[in-house]
Amino acid sequence: MTDRVPSSPKMSARGVNVSYGGTPAIQDVSIDIDMENVTAFIGPSGCGKSTFLRTLNRMNDTIPSAKVTGDITLDGEDIYSAAMDVVQLRARVGMVFQKPNPFPKSIFENVAYGPRIHGLAASRPDMEAIVERSLKRAGLWDEVKDRLSDSGTALSGGQQQRLCIARAIAVDPEVILMDEPCSALDPIATAKIEELIHELRGRYAIVVVTHNMQQAARVSQRTAFFHLGQLVEYGATDDIFTNPRQERTKDYITGRYG
Amino acid sequence: MNSARTPTDWKGTAMQARIRRRYRSERAFKLAGLAAVILSAAFLAFLLVTMAWNGAGGFTRTEVALKLDFPAMALPVTPTQLRSPAADLALSGAGLKNAVETAGEGWVSDSAWMKVRDAIKADPSMLGRSQVIWLPASPAVEAEMRGGPDAGLEVHVLQSRGLVRTGFNLDFLTASNSTDPTAAGIWGALKGSLLTMLVTFLIAFPVGVLSAIYLEEYAARNRWTDLIEVSINNLAAVPSIIFGLLGLAVFLGTFSLFGHTIGPLFPRSAAVVGGLTLALMIMPVIVIASRNAIKAVPPSIRDAAYAVGASRVQVVFHHVLPLALPGILTGTIIGMARALGETAPLLLIGMRAFIVTPPEGFTDPSTVLPVQIFLWSDEVSRGFIEKTSAAIIVLLVFLLAMNGLAIYLRNKFETRW
Ligand SMILES: Nc1ncnc2c1ncn2[C@@H]1O[C@H](COP(=O)(O)OP(=O)(O)OP(=O)(O)O)[C@@H](O)[C@H]1O
Ligand SMILES: [Mg+2]
Repeated sequence: MTDRVPSSPKMSARGVNVSYGGTPAIQDVSIDIDMENVTAFIGPSGCGKSTFLRTLNRMNDTIPSAKVTGDITLDGEDIYSAAMDVVQLRARVGMVFQKPNPFPKSIFENVAYGPRIHGLAASRPDMEAIVERSLKRAGLWDEVKDRLSDSGTALSGGQQQRLCIARAIAVDPEVILMDEPCSALDPIATAKIEELIHELRGRYAIVVVTHNMQQAARVSQRTAFFHLGQLVEYGATDDIFTNPRQERTKDYITGRYG
Repeated sequence: MNSARTPTDWKGTAMQARIRRRYRSERAFKLAGLAAVILSAAFLAFLLVTMAWNGAGGFTRTEVALKLDFPAMALPVTPTQLRSPAADLALSGAGLKNAVETAGEGWVSDSAWMKVRDAIKADPSMLGRSQVIWLPASPAVEAEMRGGPDAGLEVHVLQSRGLVRTGFNLDFLTASNSTDPTAAGIWGALKGSLLTMLVTFLIAFPVGVLSAIYLEEYAARNRWTDLIEVSINNLAAVPSIIFGLLGLAVFLGTFSLFGHTIGPLFPRSAAVVGGLTLALMIMPVIVIASRNAIKAVPPSIRDAAYAVGASRVQVVFHHVLPLALPGILTGTIIGMARALGETAPLLLIGMRAFIVTPPEGFTDPSTVLPVQIFLWSDEVSRGFIEKTSAAIIVLLVFLLAMNGLAIYLRNKFETRW
């Protein structure tokens, strides 16, 4: 997997700190995320990967005790400024969670919900086209095309997760954040999601949090290693795995702790 | 750490005794639970059977065929009077009541003459002939027909000649209160209950649910919201009669000071005041149940909605409320059932008045089913004992209908995961 030459970064964070009720969880993280590459966040449990990921689409706003400082921009625009509408931001920066969380509604409704609230479809055929396209991109279409009105919660875990991905891409985001999207899935479903990440690369800027080193190596071109709330090392995935500059990174990827 | 540990003896006597004890306590618990269920079912059955037994009589009525010789009565009324709106007045002024009483010889009820009056109005020509009219029997005849003491009227003789009949008393469902048990009906109180419940629901449900949403989804957690939470929990436990005093003070006391502006909206004994008072009473119940139902919605669903760019209002109305609705409805039905059976606070705001015309609207004087039951149960006349049980049956049917509707709605909105 080669590191394509990044143009200007899609998102960039500078000096980001996050604390929960005064307890720091992320300290002084600066990172650029570009459109061309899949970025992987790795690090031991509790190091703040999810916390940082959630700052990128302001999901931390929903946690009253969380406090975020520093600058994060999307296409050069400060996402924490008063001028940024958080609802639009979340449509532009989609998110897929660790545990599949489809709405307890039909498969169709799950995918159609985002486009509907943002007014992206002018008519019913329009909406059907969006749903079909999203499910196809998420690699789920063939499995569910005959039962779009079934409940999304009646699908298998792997199918649910792909449904959640379809739901995220239905609003045509620019960035997709995935927080351990495969941790609840079996190897076959995991392979499908990884394949999907490959296919989505280039169309969206993708960030994947993972505990699985092989997965990070397989799907990403750039890797960021977090430890104790700090960004220890960030670079091309090949370099991080074969030739880490930091002792802590090396210890982690060789399984010394984590 | 490597000292040899004796292996657990799974077959030993001590272990076997433990297993037996475990099975025994399980059986005992199951039996106790079953006994509790049977006991409560027995109480319910007992209640229903006694009510049905006593109340059945309230739904039937004995009528007597009375031959009235109108020319002999020589009532001083003119045909013109009978066609005028003052016909009622003219007939009672002409001594119809006395005439019917005399002709009835203790067979017909005190209110029978009103039936005769209505019959004459419908067909004035009968004043020129003698006519047989079926009239409600007097309580004594009624009692004898039901196997009560001999009324000394040789009821069985008339009965054998087909001049006495017992049938379903439609008037009980369509008439209102009366001093005469044979004429008293439940419709006024039923309508009063309907209107009162409507006011209660229209106020308590939206206000209660909106408060719950605000407290759960919008309000910051601080001392003030803690204080509000404690107050609501306490309010839910306040005895109902205190809400009656509150309703009396606020709606009838304070608001009547506004004289011509909003004073007339809150008259004494009106369904609107009763409904508002009961709404105050059940609002805490609805708020608590709704908050719990909202809390139980998994956070992952909220996250999912936020992550596709739903606003807070959209998250609440598209996802949280539909999932919380079954719980909210359960709380609402418990509150409404409590309001429907409530008597004490309504007595305080004057809904115990003797009301013979059913309320036309929310501001008309009215009474409600439980108050009517209370009033009738206080009457000495034997006829009212049956009416009381019959009214209880009507109240229970109302309650069942309301619960049934709520359960239907709940199942309709229940989401299968
Ligand atoms: N809602 C919260 N309230 C308080 N503290 C939190 C909250 N969420 C996370 N934290 C704390 O922030 C720190 C970072 O948590 P985070 O979930 O970001 O870790 P992570 O790297 O994603 O871990 P994992 O790999 O196990 O998912 C942890 O110490 C955690 O206890
Ligand atoms: Mg995490």
